[in-house]
Amino acid sequence: MPNRRHFLVILSGAWALTAGLARGQADPLAPLIRDITGGATLSSGRVKVDTPRLADNGHSVPMKLTVESPMTAADHVRSITLLSPRNPRPLIAKFSLGPRAGRAEIVTRVRLNGTQTVLAIAQLSDGTFWSGTAEVEVTESACLDAG
Amino acid sequence: MVARVQLPKTAARGEVISVRIAIQHPMETGFRFDVSGRAIPKNVINTLIVRYNNVEVFRAEMGSGVAANPLLQFYTVAEASGEFVFEWVDDAGQRGEERATLTV
Repeated sequence: MPNRRHFLVILSGAWALTAGLARGQADPLAPLIRDITGGATLSSGRVKVDTPRLADNGHSVPMKLTVESPMTAADHVRSITLLSPRNPRPLIAKFSLGPRAGRAEIVTRVRLNGTQTVLAIAQLSDGTFWSGTAEVEVTESACLDAG
Repeated sequence: MVARVQLPKTAARGEVISVRIAIQHPMETGFRFDVSGRAIPKNVINTLIVRYNNVEVFRAEMGSGVAANPLLQFYTVAEASGEFVFEWVDDAGQRGEERATLTV
């Protein structure tokens, strides 16, 4: 029964592939994070990502990025970078701001290729990096062609 | 390129004001195909710079992960009366500009 065997081979191959992808899921952002921080430690906290827990349309998901900071000349946020572990291009956007912002908060709308945990990294004026995450469940992915 | 900017007309000195800009742009990802099967090239607004009285107060570097017709909202301290200049450019090299005035 070559057909059935064939089918099983394909099936096990597909399973191995998805398992491999699932295992590597934490990884895709690692090189990007290194680029952003330049090897400095990335602490979690101070950054808040506000987004609907369930986004039924991945083409346009509202995101609010807030960083706890007094936004003074001595202590302010330099930049906020938003990353997606599942988008074909993980770097969504980088926002640069300074003490003149008064408040470290940015609102935008992004595309998300499926359910994932987005990561926002803030660089502060003292050179430290802080991060925040938000889990978004996406029922309709933004890029069906790209996978 | 059509854009709409929203910020208060007047503000008190030192007040933190919200500034919002929405630009009409497809933010083409480069992953889509047209009806004849040809890939539509990536074309997104890659950079937006906002200057307030010639001082840069906000910059956004965007990729294909930003939704079509990008909307951006940020804050700035009203320091003096003057002009906000929003400038952006897309991958095709097309530039756009929008201005707004604030009275402090």
